This record gives sequence, C-alpha cells and structure tokens, in this order.
Amino acid sequence: MAEISAIGETGQRPHTGGPVLSVENLSLDFPLRTHILHAVRDVSFTLERGKTLCLVGESGSGKSVTARALMRIVDKPGRISGGTVTLNTDGNPLDVTALPDGSKEILKLRGGKIGLIFQEPMSSLSPVHTIGSQIIEVLRLHRDMSKAEARAETIELLRQVEIPKPEEMIDRYTFEFSGGMRQRAMIAMALACDPDILIADEPTTALDVTTQADILDLIKRLQTSRGMAMLLITHDLGVVAEVADEVAVMRFGRIVETGDVDTIFHAPQHPYTKRLLAATVKLEEGRKAAQGGPAEWSTPILSVREMTKVYGGGTSWFGKVPSALKAVDGVSFDLHAGENLGIVGESGSGKTTLGRLILRITEPTEGKITYRPGPGEEIDVRALSKDKLRDFHRQVRLVFQDPFASLNPRMTVKQVIADPLVVTGGMSGKAIEDKVAHFLELVGLDPLAMERYPHAFSGGQRQRIGIARALALDPKIIVADEATSALDGSIRSQILDLLLDIQRQLDLSYIFISHDISTVRYFCDRVAVMHKGKIVELDAAEKICTAPEMAYTKSLISAVPSPDPRHKRMLHRHRFQA
Amino acid sequence: MIRYIIKRLLYMIPTLFGMSLIAFLIIQLPPGDYLTSMIASMTQSGQNVDPAQIALLRRIYGFDDPIYVQYWKWITGIVTRGDFGHSFEWNRPVSELIWDRMGATLSLSIASLLFVWAVSIPIGIYSAVRRHSISDHVFTFFGFLGLAIPNFILALTLMYVSYRFLGQSVGGLYSPEYTGAPMSWGKLLDLLAHLWIPVIVIGTAGTAKLIRILRANLTDELHKPYVVTARAKGLPEHKVILKYPVRIALNPVVSAIGWVLPELVSGITITAIVLNLPTAGPLLLRALISQDMYLAGSFILLMGVLTLVGMLISDILLALLDPRIRFR
Repeated sequence: MAEISAIGETGQRPHTGGPVLSVENLSLDFPLRTHILHAVRDVSFTLERGKTLCLVGESGSGKSVTARALMRIVDKPGRISGGTVTLNTDGNPLDVTALPDGSKEILKLRGGKIGLIFQEPMSSLSPVHTIGSQIIEVLRLHRDMSKAEARAETIELLRQVEIPKPEEMIDRYTFEFSGGMRQRAMIAMALACDPDILIADEPTTALDVTTQADILDLIKRLQTSRGMAMLLITHDLGVVAEVADEVAVMRFGRIVETGDVDTIFHAPQHPYTKRLLAATVKLEEGRKAAQGGPAEWSTPILSVREMTKVYGGGTSWFGKVPSALKAVDGVSFDLHAGENLGIVGESGSGKTTLGRLILRITEPTEGKITYRPGPGEEIDVRALSKDKLRDFHRQVRLVFQDPFASLNPRMTVKQVIADPLVVTGGMSGKAIEDKVAHFLELVGLDPLAMERYPHAFSGGQRQRIGIARALALDPKIIVADEATSALDGSIRSQILDLLLDIQRQLDLSYIFISHDISTVRYFCDRVAVMHKGKIVELDAAEKICTAPEMAYTKSLISAVPSPDPRHKRMLHRHRFQA
Repeated sequence: MIRYIIKRLLYMIPTLFGMSLIAFLIIQLPPGDYLTSMIASMTQSGQNVDPAQIALLRRIYGFDDPIYVQYWKWITGIVTRGDFGHSFEWNRPVSELIWDRMGATLSLSIASLLFVWAVSIPIGIYSAVRRHSISDHVFTFFGFLGLAIPNFILALTLMYVSYRFLGQSVGGLYSPEYTGAPMSWGKLLDLLAHLWIPVIVIGTAGTAKLIRILRANLTDELHKPYVVTARAKGLPEHKVILKYPVRIALNPVVSAIGWVLPELVSGITITAIVLNLPTAGPLLLRALISQDMYLAGSFILLMGVLTLVGMLISDILLALLDPRIRFR
C-alpha cells in the first residue's frame, strides 16, 4: 500500500518516451449469418502518458468495441481481423493482438495494465458480491497480496475515490450504493492495480449532471496524480471539451477526424464533425423559435396546487411504521396554452413522479389539479370518476423515455398508433388507417411503414412513433418524460424540432421533464427546477440558465459541461451542500 | 436474518391451521365413510354384515358425531399427543405408517434431487456457454426426450434392462434377502444398487427442465456488464463464469426445492407403483380409495407441511445466495 501510493502521488513511472499504447489499422469483423459486419475498420490512434484521448461518436459507431478490443475482450462471434495493438509500458513493446486467446499475458494485462470503467454503474458490478470482495479480488489476482493486505488496500482505494466511511462501505452490496457511489467503486476497482492505461467507456452517461461533474473531476485528478493514459469514450461533446487533450471522431467504424481538442472544436475539417458540433451548440444557445412571451398568456390550461405524494408511512402486520418519503412535496405551477414548461432535476428529485401525478397514473396524496379545456370550463382532475379520467387522458398524453421499451414489439406500427383510437371506438378501419397515415407523415415517417414492427426502426424513429401515438387523440397537453434522453445528440435535436413543429400546427402545450438542462433550455419557455420533491425555482428558461438565483440551481447549471474547450465551466463550478 | 426466519415460522401457524381444515374437509367430501366402503366390499365378497356390529363400530369410530367434533378430536390429538389417529384399514396408528413411508420417500427425494443437480448444473452451464454448438444441440435433444417420455415407461424400460442384462432383482428398494433385515454394509450396498433406477426415473424430467431453465437464465446473465467487468479484471474465463453469472442464474434452481418435496409425494405415485417402491404415494392412493380418512387426511396435511418447509428452506437459501433478497 505504502509503496503504491508513493508511485501514485508523485506520478513517477519508468519513463520510456513514446506512446504507452499505439493502435495501428485495427479492424474488427463480426461474421453474421448473411454477411460480415465490419464493425471497426483501419482504426489507428495512440495513447500518451498523462494525456486523455476522447473517442467521440454516436451509438453504433464502434467506439466501445474498439476500446474493449484493446484488452482483447471481443464478444463472439467478433474477431480482430487486422492491425496491431502495441503496449509499451516498460520499454518492452508487446503486441496485444498476437497473444493467444485466454493466455496468461492477456489476463495479466486486463486489470493489471489496463483498467476499464464503463457506462452503467447499476449493472457493471455484481449484485450478489460485496463491493469490497470485488475489489479485493483484483488486488489478489495481480498484486499477490494476502487477504488482510488486500482489504487494507481496498479501504485506502475507496478513500481515494472519496467514498465516505470506507471501513463500513467495503462490506456493503452494490444495491446499497447510489449510482455515483457505484461509479466511484468501479473507478477504485479499475485503478486498484495502478494500471498504465484507463479506459472509461461513457463513464458518466447514466449519471446526473452534478454527479457527472464530480466523477469527471475525480477521474481527472487521479489520472494526473498517477500519470495514466486515458481513453475516454463518450457521445457528449460537452464532456469532451471539459476533459480531452486529443479527440478522435468515429463514425461507421472508422475514425473520420483526429486532432487536439481546440482544433476539433474550433476548426473542424470533416463534415460529420461539423454536424456533430452544430447539433450540440444549438442546444447550448437559447431557444430559436421563441413564440410569444408571458404577456400573451391568459388563463392557464392546467393548474397544479400544493401537490404532494407520500410513499410509505402505512402500518405493516407487525405494527411497525416505516418512515414516510415525500416524493413530491407541495408543488404548485401553472401551464399556459401553447407554453412549454420544463421540469428539471436530478434523479430522485420527484420529477417523474410529478408527471405521473398530473395524469393521476399515480394517485396524489394531497393537492389540486385544475384542467381548463376551453374558456369558462374547469375540471377538477382529482374528483374525476374512472370514465371521466379516461376522457382526461385523451387530452393529456404521455411520451415515454425509452423508445425501445415503450412500444409493444408484437404490434405493428399501425396497431401501436391506432390503439388509442380503437380504444376510444367509433371509427371505421379505413378512417383509422387514414388517420395513422396522417400522423406518421406529421412525425416525418413514411406512411407505408405502418405495417412494420417496432424492431425495424432506429431509436429516433421509434420515438417518433411514440409521439405519433400520443398525438392520435388530438391532445391538448403532452407530458414528455425524458423523451429525448435515450437518443444521440443529432437525433435529439431532430426530435425536439419535430415537437416544436407539431406544436405550431396543433396548438399543444408541453410539460417537458428532463435532467438535461441544455435540452430544456432549447425547448422550454419556462423552467421549474426540482430538488428533493420541491420546486426550488420557477422562471423563464433564459433566466434560469444564465442568471439563476437559488444556490441549488446555480450548482446544477454550473455542472453542465460546456461544449467549448476554451470555456471549461466545470473547473470553477458552484458546489451545493444540502 | 434470524428475525426473518422467526417471522416466517410464525406465519406458518395460521397457514397450517387452514391447511388442516381443508385437508379434513377434502377427505370428508366424498359420500360415505370407511364403514360404507367396507360394507360394500364385504357384501361383494358374499360376507354377511351384522347391522348391530356396524352401529357399534360407527359409535366407536365417532362417525355419528358432527364434522367439527370429528375435526376437533383429530386436530387436538395431533397437537397435544402427536397422535394422527388410527388407520382403519391397517389397524395401526397412522403416525407409525406414515413415518415408515416418509423415511423412504425422503431418502429417495434427496437422492434424486442430488442426481438432478449433479447432472443438470454442469450441463446447463455448458449448454449456455457453448450455445448452439453441436454438444448443446445433443443435450437439448436428450433433454426434450427426457421431458417427453412418461415416467412409468422409462421405469419399465430400466427394470427390463436391469433384470435382463444386469441380472438384478428389480422392484422395491431392497433385494428379498435384505427386506426387514437390520441396517448393515451389505444392506446399504444393496440399497444403492436398487436406488439408481427410481432416481433416474424420477430425476430425468426434473433434470431436463432444470437444464432448460439454467441455460435460459445463464444466457441472459452472460451478456450483463458485470461479466465484462469480471473479465476486464483479468480473471480466467472459467472463474469469470462460475463466480459471477452462474451464481445469479442459480436462483431458480434453489427455489425449485420448494416444490420438489411435495411433488415427490404425490407426483411419482405411478412410478412408485410400477417399481413397487415403499413410498408415500401408493399408500395415499389406497387410503383415498378405501376412505381411510385419518390416514389420508394426515398425508394431505403432511404434504402441506412439506410444501411449507420446502418453501422456507428455499427462501432461506435464496436469501443466503442473493443479498438483494436478504435486505428487502
């Protein structure tokens, strides 16, 4: 332990000069039933000590496969079909691609020389082993330690990744850790054997912005103190601008452009890089097509007053009263006709619950919802009977987050979109078909696609189908719960533009629930910031994003990575203690 | 954990009470009682039946009492004295009969459960890891064969093979010379020589089922990110698979214990009759046919207890295996 932290703190390693890892013309093939898929073609890059290379690209571009191939982890039936990966940590270059499968050298390299952190902190650690035992395992595997030594070292590692009370946490299970904590534990594991190279595959994609900022911060510090080379894979250009030294842009299995971070952001050459940047920067700027101001809004179409939802607090058989949790705590807001109201907050802030409460999918504990479909009409949503609630649901629709899980895979697109129409009844088959075709056109899909099944569509197209389904009943309000978070950057802005376009045509109001502040800024007129079940700040989107008043909002806004390497925002961000 | 077990045990009490009630009602449901079926068989064989004697027997057995009185007598006997009543047909206390049979049933159950695990776990893991390989297809083929063949046919086939080619006495658990003899090494060896046929017959379907379940579960788990994590640590491949995904895929195997026990009592009756095994199944069948109500009722109650105990054991094992359950 003492010896390793000595290396760690000074960052002194046997310096050999030259890149610690160089990849030359690496190609990966996946033989499929009908053809060979060239997942990665002729990829070359180098990793230097103490430097960070960011591999950027949209999903399916071959980033992750490339990174894993460096450790010779290639899922069957894939194989490395060409190129070399040369590891040079101690002056003796080693060609990783030439090593036999499952050989000792490969096992020594995995975890020993190259550490891996990846995306889903929820599932990347075993749920049935303690955090400690999973880290101790690596230490004993590569560093020949006794159990007691490994345990002491693990506690030290957990302390280094800033997990509070490491002596206790070492014996906890993964499900007792929050997402950020799990990612910290994962980092501790990847760094346990002091690797020369750290591969971080979308390490913060699943995390909240403030947690993301903390984790990136931590990774960066550990990298500097240990003098590691890092390969960071991400689709978020904001993250790239914050941490990268070098950037490689990947598309369809090829690297289309490489360069230092400033060149890529300020003088991109390849059209694809330019397009990626355009899609991102657009979100960062304010809303282009702001239509109307608050002055125009008269009576709100939907008013929510003192909405509260308490979970737990009942009595069990044994008379014990579990502590009650206020998921939503006294929330009030108005939604005007034609307005886009954003609700932002970190996970667990109660924003999704709020969306469900508005629709009464989850029954509120307290509060009042008033819906005004037309002038003079007022409906008390909480007093509605089951039948009347169904009418309400026809006018207030929900669009879900996950375009892959929210469409029934066994229904054709026509069935999916027509389902609400059929449930309502009173339409002939031909009329329904016409309507489906109309909505498909509206969301920018070919009406001929209606006979196909959801699996034939990409994520973005599926989300369009989900939107078409929500539109099918001519709604007045659409509640979009993280409707764009599962999508890649360029597709996300397409979907947002689509939603705005539809709004102009159909006179809709949106409640847009998201954790992504730049999206909200682009899309919404007003924004409500939620924290621990309460709305801490509710104001015009511009105001929230540029001049927030509350401490929590400040910390949230400043944690959003800025997609400009010349203005790194996270370095001097506000921290919020509560 | 101990709190959890105590809680579970406490919950078992009302469940057991309900079960005893239902068991008693079930055996009372068919019209008539043991005496009517006895009279029927006696007149059939041409014997004379003395009405006075019958009336006397009715009073002694308490058949004239209302049902709740009969139930009360039965249940208080069980709870206070461990007395399950008297078997009319065998003219012996029910408890004696049951323990005799239960011993054989339990040993057979455990032997076949071990057989099922020993065969299906390695094959299931192999099939999942080498999915769609030739050997996987071979195992799958035999698995479906095992599921499809009725147990008694398999039993008859194995009996024939064992008699014709191995020259073994078949049927029962012991050779004639050891029946009733005290336990000895010779008797144990004889038991093992006889045990393999019922174990294979009873275990085949279960093995096939478990291979399928394990293969499907493990296939899902093999591509989870935590497996990649384990691989990225530098663990050798066999350790990666055994320590991480297999451990999680084993959950259904453990929860199967819950229903294995009662299934062995009632599910293998036909096999037991074909193989002449001294297990509980055939006895229960006869007790039901002859309306030997205390014997039948006690068996049904005991099966309920076995189910509960099996569930408890599997839940405790699950909690030990999977901390996510333990902390809930």
